[in-house]
Amino acid sequence: MDVTAQIEVEALLSRYVHCIDDNRLEEWPDFFTEDCRYEITSAENHERNLPIGIMVATSRGMLKDRISALREANIYEPQRYRHSVSSVWITGESGGVITAQANFQVIRVMHTGAMDLFCTGKYLDRIVGSGAERRYAEKRVILDNKRIDTLLAIPL
Amino acid sequence: MALHNDLTWGEGVTRVPYWLYNDDNVAKREQAAIFEGPVWNFLCLEAEVPNPGDYATTFVGEAPVIVARDLDGAIRAFENRCAHRGALLCFKSHGNTKQISCIYHNWTYDLKGNLTGVTFQKGIKGKGGMPPEFDRGEHALRRLQVGNIGGILFGTFSDKAPPLEEYLGPEIVGRIKRVMRRPVKVLGYFDQALPNNWKIYMENVKDPYHASLLHTFFTTFRINRLSQPGGIIIDGKHTGHHVSYSMIERGAQAASEYDKTELRARKENYRLADPSVLDGVDEFGDGITLQILSVFPNFILQQIQNALAVRKVLPQGLEKSNLVWTHFGFVDDDAKMTETRIKQSNLVGPAGFISMEDGVVGGFVQRTVPGAGGRMEVVEMGGHGMASQDTRATEAPLRGYWKMYRELMAI
Repeated sequence: MDVTAQIEVEALLSRYVHCIDDNRLEEWPDFFTEDCRYEITSAENHERNLPIGIMVATSRGMLKDRISALREANIYEPQRYRHSVSSVWITGESGGVITAQANFQVIRVMHTGAMDLFCTGKYLDRIVGSGAERRYAEKRVILDNKRIDTLLAIPL
Repeated sequence: MALHNDLTWGEGVTRVPYWLYNDDNVAKREQAAIFEGPVWNFLCLEAEVPNPGDYATTFVGEAPVIVARDLDGAIRAFENRCAHRGALLCFKSHGNTKQISCIYHNWTYDLKGNLTGVTFQKGIKGKGGMPPEFDRGEHALRRLQVGNIGGILFGTFSDKAPPLEEYLGPEIVGRIKRVMRRPVKVLGYFDQALPNNWKIYMENVKDPYHASLLHTFFTTFRINRLSQPGGIIIDGKHTGHHVSYSMIERGAQAASEYDKTELRARKENYRLADPSVLDGVDEFGDGITLQILSVFPNFILQQIQNALAVRKVLPQGLEKSNLVWTHFGFVDDDAKMTETRIKQSNLVGPAGFISMEDGVVGGFVQRTVPGAGGRMEVVEMGGHGMASQDTRATEAPLRGYWKMYRELMAI
């Protein structure tokens, strides 16, 4: 096992989830390459090879647009996430590209005080770059739950 | 007729009482008088059951239903409840089978809904078993008639429903066929749990007035403004169906009421970093960029540019509902067209740029219902009528919906 790679992939994921949970969403697109692919879908769609899920972006620009829409256009009640990530597993490495997966759970806390397990699933990641410059070329968020409560505004 | 001694509606449909959204008697009557009444309920797409033996499970109101293509190739629908002791028969969303057997006592049914086998019907070693007069023919699964418009399957429990095309009316049929012109393929599913009574979502769908005001992404990028050419269509006989549509505004932007007023929706300097999310083609060749079509009681066919979907909103008790989305494209779409639909799917759904607020706003209405007493909604935008018109600054489709609702509910 490549311990350095393992530590770096885990560190990247830690920085990624803290960025979201700390509401530093303007920094979120920087975790991705310029021509990245990011998607949120259900395990059902994933397993049946159905390509439309909850959200998709095919460039870092689209990720930026997600955040500016969140900040400027879309209306949703104040809420925050708390990610718990575990079982980070490097499934492959070739030509400087790491494939990895990890489990996550997201608890959503509303401004009213209501708190629920919002989503649970796995990240399927393709990571490029090296050291502290590693970025996601692809991040597929596969939800065990195919049902989303009310709306999904903040990315996972 | 009042359902409560102290809760009455009064005449007409320009006022709608809030107690419709949290009253148990209303919900019980809806199941009998609407969902199992003389209406056609959306079941699923024909593309979901393409081969003999394929089945899909759904709900008609709160009644669980199986839609199956039988071994002769005909599409059938029947209640998903064993005739014996009521266990759910099929629990997966989709599958393929030659027969349906109940896991509880292994009673079996064919894909026409006939009871074909009762385990130990004659007992074991001459003991027990069903009485000799027990007739399997009397215990078929409760059937729905099935109708098909352009690959969209509808079903009815009632023998009093008019034929499907008559129920929809020619204009609604035409607008369904406008979209459903080629064989379709499913591109994805998801569900959205809504924190509101199912009818609050249907009001939202039928309300062209809110679109540019609540959904500011729409307005900001000028995808849809009420000043764009467009309008609404309401069937004159079955007023519970509607179409709302709009077209690309050609030429210079005319000064509009939007530009004269300081609406929250206006953000002139907002531009997308990657506008390819909005790239689309005029695939139906008529310039219509948005067509939202609803069929009473709870079906929606959506064309938002090239994002095509069917939706149904299912009651989950009084104060919650489940919005079931099925995205689709056409079998002959090339890879580029599929990618266009995938990217545009960002516009809709629980994370949709132009739809996520619909989940919130229904909850905002629902939260005021318990304290609303006998108070009523005001539904007067566009007057008192429910005719088709070439404006979307109207709530006519809501009035048409409530008219049909009141007639069926006898309320």
